[in-house]
Amino acid sequence: MRFLRDRFVALLLAALIAAVAAPAAQAASLAEALTKFTTDEFSDTAEAIADVAGSGDARATTIIEALQDGRLLYNGEQKTVFYKDKSGKLIDAATGQAVAGDPPANLAAVRINNRIRRSIDAALGELTLRAPDPAKRFDAAQAVFKSRDANALESLDAAIAKETDLRVKKAFAEARAAIVLYQAETSEADKLDAVAVVRARGDQDALQLLGGLPNETPASVRTAARDAVAAMQSQQAMWSTVQNVWYGLSLGSVLLLAAIGLAITFGVMGVINMAHGEMVMLGAYVTFAVQELIRTNNPGLFDYSLFIAVPLAFVVTGLVGILIEQGIIRFLYGRPLETLLATWGLSLVLQQAVRTAFGPTNKEVGAPSWMSGAFNIGQINVTYGRLWIIVFTLAVFAALLALLRFTRLGLEMRAVTQNRSMAASMGIRTARVDALTFGLGSGIAGIAGVALSQIDNVSPNLGQSYIIDSFLVVVFGGVGNLWGTLVGAFTLGIANKFLEPFAGAVLGKIAILVLIILFIQKRPRGLFALKGRAVEA
Amino acid sequence: MNESTTTALLYLNGVSVSFDGFRALNNLSFSVEPGEMRAIIGPNGAGKTTMMDVVTGKTRPDGGDVFFEGRHDLSKLDETQIATLGIGRKFQKPTVFEMHTVEDNLLLALKNDRRPRATMRWRETDDERDRIDRILGTIRLAPLRDRPAGSLAHGQKQWLEIGMLLAQEPKLLLVDEPVAGMTDAETRQTAELLKEINRDKTIIVVEHDMTFVRELGVKVICLHEGSAIAEGTIDQVSSNERVIEVYLGR
Amino acid sequence: MMTGPILRILGRSGVLFLSAVIAVALIVPFCNLVFPPSSPLHVPTYLVALWGKYICYAILALSIDLIWGYCGILSLGHGAFFALGGYAMGMYLMRQIGTRGVYGNPILPDFMVFLNWPELPIYWYGFQHFPYALLMIVAVPGLLAFVFGWFAFRSRVTGVYLSIITQALTFALLLGFFRNNFGFGGNNGLTDFKDILGFNVQAQGTRAALFAISCIALAIGFIICRALVTSKFGKVLVAIRDAEARTRFLGYRAESYKLFVFTLSACMAGIAGALYVPQVGIINPSEFSPANSIEAVIWVAVGGRGTLTGAVVGAILVNYAKTFFTSGTLVPYWIMGGCVVIALAGLSWQRLQTLYGAAAGAALAAGITQINYVGPIGSFVLAGLFILVAMGRGWHALPVGAIFGALAFGFLSTPLATLGLAPFWLFALGGLFVAVTLLLPRGVVGTLEQWWTEWQEAAAAKQLAKPDAAQPMTSGEPSPRPAE
Repeated sequence: MRFLRDRFVALLLAALIAAVAAPAAQAASLAEALTKFTTDEFSDTAEAIADVAGSGDARATTIIEALQDGRLLYNGEQKTVFYKDKSGKLIDAATGQAVAGDPPANLAAVRINNRIRRSIDAALGELTLRAPDPAKRFDAAQAVFKSRDANALESLDAAIAKETDLRVKKAFAEARAAIVLYQAETSEADKLDAVAVVRARGDQDALQLLGGLPNETPASVRTAARDAVAAMQSQQAMWSTVQNVWYGLSLGSVLLLAAIGLAITFGVMGVINMAHGEMVMLGAYVTFAVQELIRTNNPGLFDYSLFIAVPLAFVVTGLVGILIEQGIIRFLYGRPLETLLATWGLSLVLQQAVRTAFGPTNKEVGAPSWMSGAFNIGQINVTYGRLWIIVFTLAVFAALLALLRFTRLGLEMRAVTQNRSMAASMGIRTARVDALTFGLGSGIAGIAGVALSQIDNVSPNLGQSYIIDSFLVVVFGGVGNLWGTLVGAFTLGIANKFLEPFAGAVLGKIAILVLIILFIQKRPRGLFALKGRAVEA
Repeated sequence: MNESTTTALLYLNGVSVSFDGFRALNNLSFSVEPGEMRAIIGPNGAGKTTMMDVVTGKTRPDGGDVFFEGRHDLSKLDETQIATLGIGRKFQKPTVFEMHTVEDNLLLALKNDRRPRATMRWRETDDERDRIDRILGTIRLAPLRDRPAGSLAHGQKQWLEIGMLLAQEPKLLLVDEPVAGMTDAETRQTAELLKEINRDKTIIVVEHDMTFVRELGVKVICLHEGSAIAEGTIDQVSSNERVIEVYLGR
Repeated sequence: MMTGPILRILGRSGVLFLSAVIAVALIVPFCNLVFPPSSPLHVPTYLVALWGKYICYAILALSIDLIWGYCGILSLGHGAFFALGGYAMGMYLMRQIGTRGVYGNPILPDFMVFLNWPELPIYWYGFQHFPYALLMIVAVPGLLAFVFGWFAFRSRVTGVYLSIITQALTFALLLGFFRNNFGFGGNNGLTDFKDILGFNVQAQGTRAALFAISCIALAIGFIICRALVTSKFGKVLVAIRDAEARTRFLGYRAESYKLFVFTLSACMAGIAGALYVPQVGIINPSEFSPANSIEAVIWVAVGGRGTLTGAVVGAILVNYAKTFFTSGTLVPYWIMGGCVVIALAGLSWQRLQTLYGAAAGAALAAGITQINYVGPIGSFVLAGLFILVAMGRGWHALPVGAIFGALAFGFLSTPLATLGLAPFWLFALGGLFVAVTLLLPRGVVGTLEQWWTEWQEAAAAKQLAKPDAAQPMTSGEPSPRPAE
C-alpha cells in the first residue's frame, strides 16, 4: 500500500529492469524513431519521444528515462543512439545489446529543455498506463492527473476501457477529468462531470486543480468547482483535525510510557525520581547495545532486536532502580525534597557515565523492517513506527493494570498508596514494596526507552527532553489511579498538538503549563485524586 | 447577612460527608449552646474527627448546615477564617511546632492580628509577656519555656497544645482526645483544667476515656456511623441500648 | 540609634559575617585599584570579576535559603527570576550601546537590525533610563513570582508538586527566550555591552565598583533576611514549614505569608541577576535552564539551609571549587551529581568514616607523589584534616579507608595523568564533596553551629559532673533535624 509519489523514480527503475529483460519486438519502428534524436533539435527530440512511446517497444521506457537523466547519447554522423544503464555500461538503443569493446567516438548527450522535460513526463506517464503491474498504472494515473497532458487523453481512454482494477480505474477517471477540465474544447456537461469526479477525490491536489481552472472555463463549471472546493476544504479541515488527534495520540503514548513509572513510584512512595529520564535513556542505550551485538554477530536477527531489547531493558533498568532505592532513596524517606535533589544528582552522574562510556554523540538505532514505512487512512499518513508504539504503550498499560489488579505485589502496592502506616501495621513489608515499586517504575522507564529509541535520537540527553512533560502528566493526572495518568498523558499530548498550529511549539508548551497551573486551582491533586482522611500529608 | 436563627453557638443540621462512597458523616445534627461543655463519644470510625474537620473547615460537607453564632456559615469558610472567628482546635495527635521553643509556640498561638504585615511589625508587650507567663504556669511548663517543643514528652505536648488553645482565646474549643496517653493523675488534672476553662468558654471534647467523661459531668453525644444515636447525661447515654450495643459493650 | 536593634537582630555570627562582607567589599577593590600589578598585594581584575560573580550567586543562594530553609518552599526555578533580573539589566545595557553597535542604529540593538525589525518593541521602551531599568529589575521577577505564587499557594500546591511546577516554569521561559521573535536576542542573548551609567563596563574601576556594589547588596539582603527570620514573621514561616495545616488552624493565612516571602525572594534573585550581567558581560537563555536552578539549590544544601550565612558560604565554596578545579566543561557534572547524592543520603557514620579515611589516603598519596595543584604541603594538610575529622568519629574504619584510598589513587592516577590531572582532581574533589555533604545534612555552617552549641553544652556540663568524653556524635543526632 505504499504509493508515495516520490517513489515514481524507483518504480521506473523497476520498469527499466523489466524492459531490459524483455525481447525486442518492434525494433524496426523503434530504430526509425530513434534516428530523430540524432539531429539534436528540440522539435525533433519531442517527436522522437512521442514515436518511441508510441512504438510499443518494451525498451521505450528505458530509453526515455535515459533521456530524462541525460544518459541518452547519440552519434550525429552514424545516426546511432546509445544509452548508459545505471551502472554506466553503454548499450545500443536500437538493439538493446551492450556495446563491446571501446565505445564509439564523438558521442554527445541528447539535450533537453523544459518543454522536452514535460514531453518526457507525459510519455512516461502514458507508457506506464499500460504497465502490467496495477501499482505502476496507478502511479502513472497520478502523474497524468498532475501533468494534465492533453496528449495522454487518447491512451487514457483506451486504458479506462481495458482496466479491470477498480481503484486504478478510478484513478484513470480522475486523471481524465483533470485533462478534460483544462481542455478548452470539451463540452460544459463533460466538464461538470469532471468536476464531480475530481471533487470525489478530495485531496490537496484536487483542491489545487479546481482552484486554478483556466479563465475560459464556463461559469456553471466555475460555480460547481467553487462549491466543490468549499466542500473539500471543510472535509480537509476535518481530516487535519483527525491528523492532529493522531499526532496527539502518538505524543501522548510516548508521554504515557515515560510518565507511568513516575506515577507509580510517586503514588506508592511519595517520591519523585528526577533520574527517571535517565532510566529511559538507559533503556534506549540497551536497545542500541542489543542492535550492535546483533549487527556484529547475527544480522539475521535484526528484525527481532526489539523483542530482545524490551525484556532486557526492563531487567537492566529495573535492577538499576532497585540499586538506587537501596543505595540512596531508602535513607531519605520522609524527606521528599531531598530525594528530589539526590536523584537529580544521580541523573547527572548517570548522564555523564553514559557520555563517558558511549560518547556524547547521537547513536544510530535502526528500525526493524516491520516498523518502517507508512500507509494512508483517508488523508492522514500513519507511520508503522508510531502505530506500533501506541499499541505497545496500551499493552504495557494493560499489563500494568493487570499486575496491580491481580497480583500480590499489586495489592500491596495499592494498599501502601492509600495508607502507608495502615498497610505497614497489616503486616505488609513496606520496605520491600518500595524497592520493588521503584524497580518496576524504573523498568517501565527502560521499556519506554526502547520505544523512544525508535522515534528520537539516542543520546545522553534523551531523558531530559521528556522528563518535564512527564512530570506535568503526573501533576495533571494525579496519583493513585493509573487511569489518571492515561487520561493525563493523552490529554496533554493532544492539547500540545492542537496548540502547536496556532501558537507554535514553544508557545504551545507555555500555554499548556499555564493551563495546568489553572487546572490545579480546581483540582490541586490532579484529575484522579485519592480522597479521605488518610490523604492529608 | 441573615438574622440569627438560633441561640446556639454551634449548630449542625443534617451534615453529611462521604469519601469515595464511604459515608463518614450521615445526616448529623446537634447544637451546642454558649458556655456549654459537650462530650462526644463513639467507636472508631464513628465520624468524631470528621465532625471536627467539618467544623474547622478542613473538610467541606457534602450537604447540611453548619452555623457558628447563628450567623457564620462554616461550610463556606476555610480553616483560617474559622480560626479567626474564634474556634480553636486541639488535635488527636499532639501537633505543636517542634522546632520552636515552648514559649514561641504559645507566642504564635497568642491572640493577635494574624496578617503578615502586622506579624512583621509585632513587638512583644508586657501584657503579652504576662499572659504567656500565666499560661505557662497553668500548663506547668514554665521551667521548660526555652526547650524546643519537639523534645517534650507526649503528655507535655498535650498540655502545651491545650496552652496554645488558651492563648488563642477562642469562643469555642474543640478538644480531640486530650487525655490519650496520660496517667490517671494527669487525666484528673486535665479534667479540672477543662472545667476551669469552661467557666467562660464553650468546649466540645471528643474522648474515649469514660472515666474522664464521667469526671467532666457534662452532656454527652454518642456518634455511630456518622449519626448521633444518643444524647443526654452520661448515665442516660451509657444505659442506652444502642450505645451499649455499638460502643460500650455488654 | 538604629544600630541597637540591628545588632540584636544580627546576632554575633551575623555581625561577624557582615563585617567580613564589608571588609571584602573594601579590601578587594582597594587592592585591585591602588597596588600596581607587580605588587604581591595586587588583586588582578579578572579575579575581581570572578569574585563579583560569586557574590551575585551568593545573593541568589540567600534568596533560595529564605524560602527553602525557612518556609519549606523548594523552588527549582529560581534561576528564572535571576535571569529575568539579568535580562532587565541587559536591556538597559543594550540601549546604552547606541550607535556604537555593528550596524550603528541609534535605537535598535544589533540583533533587531539583523532580524529586520522596523522598530523597537513596546516592552523595550524606557529601558534607556536607568531608574526605569532598576524598577523593572525588581518588578518583573517580583510580578511573575507574585502571579505564579498566588495561583500555586492559593490552591495549596506544596512540596514536590510545587518544585516540579517551578521547574516547568523556568523550562517554559527557557524555550521562550530561545526564540528570536521574543525580542530578547534569541539564542545569543544580550551581549557586547559598552557603558553602564556612562562608565565603561570593561574598565578596571567600573569592575571594582560593581564588585563593591554587589557586596553591599549582599549585606543589605542579608540584613533584610535576618530581620525577617528573627521576627515573629520568621517564626510563623518556620511554623508553616514544619506544620502548615496547624498554622492555618491557628488562624494564620499561610498562603499570604508564603506569597510574601516568595515574591521578596524573587526580587532578590532579580537583583542578583542584574548585578551579575554587567560583570560577566552576557546574558543568554541558558540561565533559564532547570539545571542552573537546581545547582543553586545545591549551594544552599552544601552551606546549610536555614542558616543564611550558610547559603552564602555554600555558594562561594561550590563555585570556587568549580572554577578552580575545572578546565573541561563536562567534569562539573560529576562533582555536582556526586555531591548531591551523597550530600543527602545520610549514610551511617561508619561508612562515612571509611570515606573520610579514603579521602585522607588519597590526599596523602597525592602529596607523596606530588601530583597535584595544591602542592605536597597542601595535600598533607588536607590529609591531616581528614584524619582529624575521621578520628572525631572513632578510629576503627580509618586505616582500612586510608589503604583503600591510597590504592585507588595509585590505580587511577596513572591513566588519568595521561588525560591531564584536572579530571582526577575533580573526581577527588567530587568524592570529598560527597563525603562532606553526606556527613553534613545540615551543611557546613549548620554543622559548625551544632558543634558549637554542643561544645558549649559540654562545657557547661563539665562544671556539674565528669563528662562522658568520646560519646556525643556516635549515637546519631539527638536534636531534631530541620523538617521539610
